[in-house]
Amino acid sequence: METVTITMKNQPTLYLEADNVSPDKFAGKKASEIAALHAFEGRDQVTLGKYFEVAGEGGATAADTRIVVKGDVSRVKYIGMKMTAGEVVVENNADMYTGAWMQGGKLLVKGSVDAFAGIGMKGGEFVIEGDAGNYLGAAYRGDWRGMQGGLIRVNGNAGSDTGYFMNGGTIVVRGNTDVHVGTHMEGGKIIIKGNAPSKVGGQMVGGEIYVYGAIDVMMPGFKYVQDEELEVDGENGKFSLFHGDTGERHPKKKGQIVYGKLYLKI
Amino acid sequence: MSKSVTDVICPFCGTLCDDLEVVVSDDGRKIEDIFNACAIGAEKFMHAQAAGRVTKPRMQQPDGSYKEVSYDEAVEYTAQMLHKSRKPLMYGWSSTSCEAQSVGHEIAEKVGAIVDNTATVCHGTTLIAVQDVGIPSCTLGEIKNRADRIIFWGCNPCHAHPRHQSRYSIFPRGYFTNKGHKNRKMIVVDPRYTDTAKMADYHFKIEQGRDYELLSAFRVALRNEPLPEKVAGVPREKIIEAAEVLKSGRFGIIFFGMGVTQSLSKNHNIDNAIMLTKDLNEFTKFSIMAMRGHYNVTGSGQVLGWQFGFPYAVDLSRGFARYNPGESTSNDLLRRGEVDAVFVLGSDPGAHFPISSVKKIAKLPSVCVDPHITPTSEISKLHVPVAFVGVEVGGNCYRMDNVPIEARKVVDPPEGMLTDVEFLTRVNTRLEQLSGGK
Amino acid sequence: MSEYLIKNGFVFDPMQGIKGDRADIAIKDGKIVKSSDISSKAKTIDASGKTVMAGAVEIHAHIAGPKVNEGRNYRPEDKLFSYTPKTATQRMAGGFSIPTTFKTGYDYARMGYTTAMEAAMPPLFARHVHEEIKDTPIIDEGAYPVFGNNWFVMEYLKNQEIENTAAYISWLLEVTKGVAVKVVNPGGTEAWGWGLNCLTINDPVPYFDITPAEIVSGLIEANEFLGLPHSVHVHQNNLGNPGNYTVTLDTLKLAEKFKAKNKFGREQVLHSTHLQFHSYGGDNWGNFESKSKEVMDYVNKQKNITVDTGCVTLDETTTMTADGPFEHHLTELNHLKWANVDVELETAAGIVPYIYSPDIKVCEIQWAIGLEIALFTKDHMRTYITTDHPNAGPFIRYPRVIKWLMSAEARKQQIDSFKHGAKMIDATHIAGIDRELDLYEIAQMTRAGPAKSLGMANLYGGLKPGMDADIAVYNFDPNTPHKPDDIEKAFSRAAYVMKTGVPVVIDGEVVSNGNKRTIWVHARVNENPQVMRDIKDKFLRYYSVTQANYDVSKHFVPNPYVIEVDATQ
Repeated sequence: METVTITMKNQPTLYLEADNVSPDKFAGKKASEIAALHAFEGRDQVTLGKYFEVAGEGGATAADTRIVVKGDVSRVKYIGMKMTAGEVVVENNADMYTGAWMQGGKLLVKGSVDAFAGIGMKGGEFVIEGDAGNYLGAAYRGDWRGMQGGLIRVNGNAGSDTGYFMNGGTIVVRGNTDVHVGTHMEGGKIIIKGNAPSKVGGQMVGGEIYVYGAIDVMMPGFKYVQDEELEVDGENGKFSLFHGDTGERHPKKKGQIVYGKLYLKI
Repeated sequence: MSKSVTDVICPFCGTLCDDLEVVVSDDGRKIEDIFNACAIGAEKFMHAQAAGRVTKPRMQQPDGSYKEVSYDEAVEYTAQMLHKSRKPLMYGWSSTSCEAQSVGHEIAEKVGAIVDNTATVCHGTTLIAVQDVGIPSCTLGEIKNRADRIIFWGCNPCHAHPRHQSRYSIFPRGYFTNKGHKNRKMIVVDPRYTDTAKMADYHFKIEQGRDYELLSAFRVALRNEPLPEKVAGVPREKIIEAAEVLKSGRFGIIFFGMGVTQSLSKNHNIDNAIMLTKDLNEFTKFSIMAMRGHYNVTGSGQVLGWQFGFPYAVDLSRGFARYNPGESTSNDLLRRGEVDAVFVLGSDPGAHFPISSVKKIAKLPSVCVDPHITPTSEISKLHVPVAFVGVEVGGNCYRMDNVPIEARKVVDPPEGMLTDVEFLTRVNTRLEQLSGGK
Repeated sequence: MSEYLIKNGFVFDPMQGIKGDRADIAIKDGKIVKSSDISSKAKTIDASGKTVMAGAVEIHAHIAGPKVNEGRNYRPEDKLFSYTPKTATQRMAGGFSIPTTFKTGYDYARMGYTTAMEAAMPPLFARHVHEEIKDTPIIDEGAYPVFGNNWFVMEYLKNQEIENTAAYISWLLEVTKGVAVKVVNPGGTEAWGWGLNCLTINDPVPYFDITPAEIVSGLIEANEFLGLPHSVHVHQNNLGNPGNYTVTLDTLKLAEKFKAKNKFGREQVLHSTHLQFHSYGGDNWGNFESKSKEVMDYVNKQKNITVDTGCVTLDETTTMTADGPFEHHLTELNHLKWANVDVELETAAGIVPYIYSPDIKVCEIQWAIGLEIALFTKDHMRTYITTDHPNAGPFIRYPRVIKWLMSAEARKQQIDSFKHGAKMIDATHIAGIDRELDLYEIAQMTRAGPAKSLGMANLYGGLKPGMDADIAVYNFDPNTPHKPDDIEKAFSRAAYVMKTGVPVVIDGEVVSNGNKRTIWVHARVNENPQVMRDIKDKFLRYYSVTQANYDVSKHFVPNPYVIEVDATQ
């Protein structure tokens, strides 16, 4: 695997849109070619080289390419956007749309990310060691097809609207979330190991949500079914299973109504 | 001898009454009286020609005072500001005509601006909900002619849309509703006992921040699923009873406002209200409608829609339109320091935005186009007065139910005053020169 | 002034019966003229080896107005990653299934379309429709106000007051600046005001107690009384449901007792639109099948009728129609976001996204039906290519539809890619049809035919000297062998397009916004105090706007082309 290291050397006055920072875009390119890739600050088209020191060269393919992003990129958007393979490691905090529309590969952020991280994700592994902002693993506006696959792990807290319109894949949040977890969910799995204050599983059609901590106010459309012993994220535990959201439509499969499943850790 | 101008459109709120009668002096220059308008609309007309009207552009001086400048200087400042800016915000648009909005969009496209309107602090969340789940709706005349179940959820039309109930929603005797309010049932959901709530057949004094839960409970009740004892402070029995009242009507309508669009859950509240409306259509005819505030915020959304494809928070900075509230919305842009110039026309963010945003505007190059002195004008570097749309210049507007009504000109603007369209056109021309026709 | 000579192309002009002869087209001052009428200073455009036709005419698409815009605003995902940036000469352009107005004009022009009709204008929203038409560059446009659920029309026709109906139509066309009498789901959309519908032509409308048959027949009679350029343009009841072909035939048969009466060369009294959606057999989605043969057997015998296909393009698209109850039915089927607007006294509209997947049997059958309608047609002057944009697919797919019609091999390739090809073949006729349409028939279906049906054959659809110079040149040589995809490629990006004598597209790129016009019809009738009183009364009592604020002011139609009709007696 070839590694390209880009180190932030100047700060943008506004924000930098860096959709070209992905293994797919760096593959097959030398450092000078990578530095010549475009980025945007406001309406101005700039080059990556204006803001980053670039060292190393891309692998032959995205899968062979590893990118390390150093320096203060808290004002850089779209890192890892649409990546299909390879690795990206961001050493500090990143801004919005980190890993947006990710399809494969591995993305690691050693800090926190802002809103819209991993939206429309289709595959791959995305780990955030710090906190995530709102709309983690959510759908883009208007699309009823949200996250389809892949894994997102957050070691810190997440914001609101986690897993909005989720269809597949897994989101694990070690800390707490804000309101609205798995709203409009139709498939996939969300695990919140901290607290989720309220509006958990609202309008859920299918899928699974696990909450280990406290829910202050339950949605009215969840009915208790039974307690279960389960293995979740490699650990055993006892959970109360609720079916819902009973205010929402629920198709039948093989004669059985398919509900969304909310598991509260006992 | 005074004369009457009839069928005048009121340029204040989304009710967009078009039956006003303005009495003007014989020479047509002075507004003397007004009929049919509510107190707010009446004031808009009667105040338009009040003494102390700002008639020339005003430029902020280093000591904070303002000095009069010419329109030419104002055009130059504005064009230069937009030309030099790398990501300008062009905000407002809700209190002007579609014709003006369209010229503004040409400018925005040239300079790669963000175009945003007052929905950003108002019904923008409704627009997000509509993008997620659609919206079964109708024109206000359908309410007048058919509706017998009226719900006001999180809105207070007695104060915010004073003639709404008499023109459309409660009192009119329409084709199928010739008993007027006597055959209508009114439900109000509001944590406060407002003047509107006082009129209701049912008032749900909902626990704040729990509209999403209560809307969900209604949907659960419609599906005959079990409910907890209380939801959002409302007892289960009352929820079930209200659901039956809704189902028993021939035609129901939910009107809603800031109480749900800008309280906890925001777009999710509207989303669930829309889904409730859709569910109710299994039992009887039901529609839902946003109580839009400014008289042409809807128009701004329409013009942005057909020209760029999104109704607000439109980012043109990369030469093609992009949209994502949370990123491209005005307050997020200001909060994060993502814009470097602010152009405001046809609204008052100085009064309506969080103070932290207003402080940001005060520090940036800024232009405020407004007939009045407002909190916005007093923190902008340049204040440009213009004619009142609907009073001194005509223009197309869209009502809260998307019906387009063309506002009229009733009297001339003060001598030498430009209209929005004229000012924007001059700025556009100057920008054309500055960019060498690029 | 401006003189051009398009030299040496293979000309297909059904209006003059030219079937691919090499010929020159001379243009002077915006009109087609005889070659002898231009000077040597004329600018020459070399069309050798290329196909030359008149600019195409779109007879039915949803491109301007409130439901189109609701569609745009409620589908941000329709614009994600597919937006065309602005250039020095073009505005930015976006929207795959519901293009912005700028994109609409540019995309039509690039395909050689120079005129388009907005298929359904709710009169109360006419001002909105015209604002969008004004912002659509290059192409001439007109709009059809809807009449089939209108309270005035239903009340007059219940009492068989044809002259009053005609007077109302004349008034409405004038105040909305409209072109023709459009009927959508007659009676059913008023029933939808109560959540109900009319699914056959004999279901009475609640309270108004009139049937769809009476509405359609009455409007045909009033239309011929007026002698309007176009005929009544109908979207039949029961759209989209298995077995609906019987309702279609019932509706088409209503035309039998009427004769076209007009000064515009129009021969039909009824135009039946997006026929694909109305040619369904079976009685559930399991035994769903094509009835295109039964329907076209009838249409072929009736010179009184013209139709357009409504071909399915197998895309993710957005359905939008004034058939409000149908859209509610659709969202119950696919659970996708549903927008609806009921319009007081007049009509309604619904919008639901839809995915025509090549992996779903029903969609495969729908695809076949649209093409069968065109392939079973005997007289291609009476069948026109549409996709009921965006309902069955976006109009940018017309070149693909043309490819399928001209190439049996292309159709076979598509069928071979279907997941349920075998079952689909059993339920349709398409696999057994070898027929390939030729360019002359395509020209009939996209130019001369629609222009004639619209009663605008003196303006559009042909290359006769005296007509407007609306001309399209395609990089397609009909005499050399080609692959099916060459057809689609050629018709997607015209080599050269001229609109009223102004070059607007060169090598597939838009070079000018042209000088578009808005077409509307002014039909003068005898004074009718009764109808004027009824109008005044309904505005006072039932409308939510005043009568004085209803009419569309002139400045919303800045470059009008008014077709005058004298229907005074």
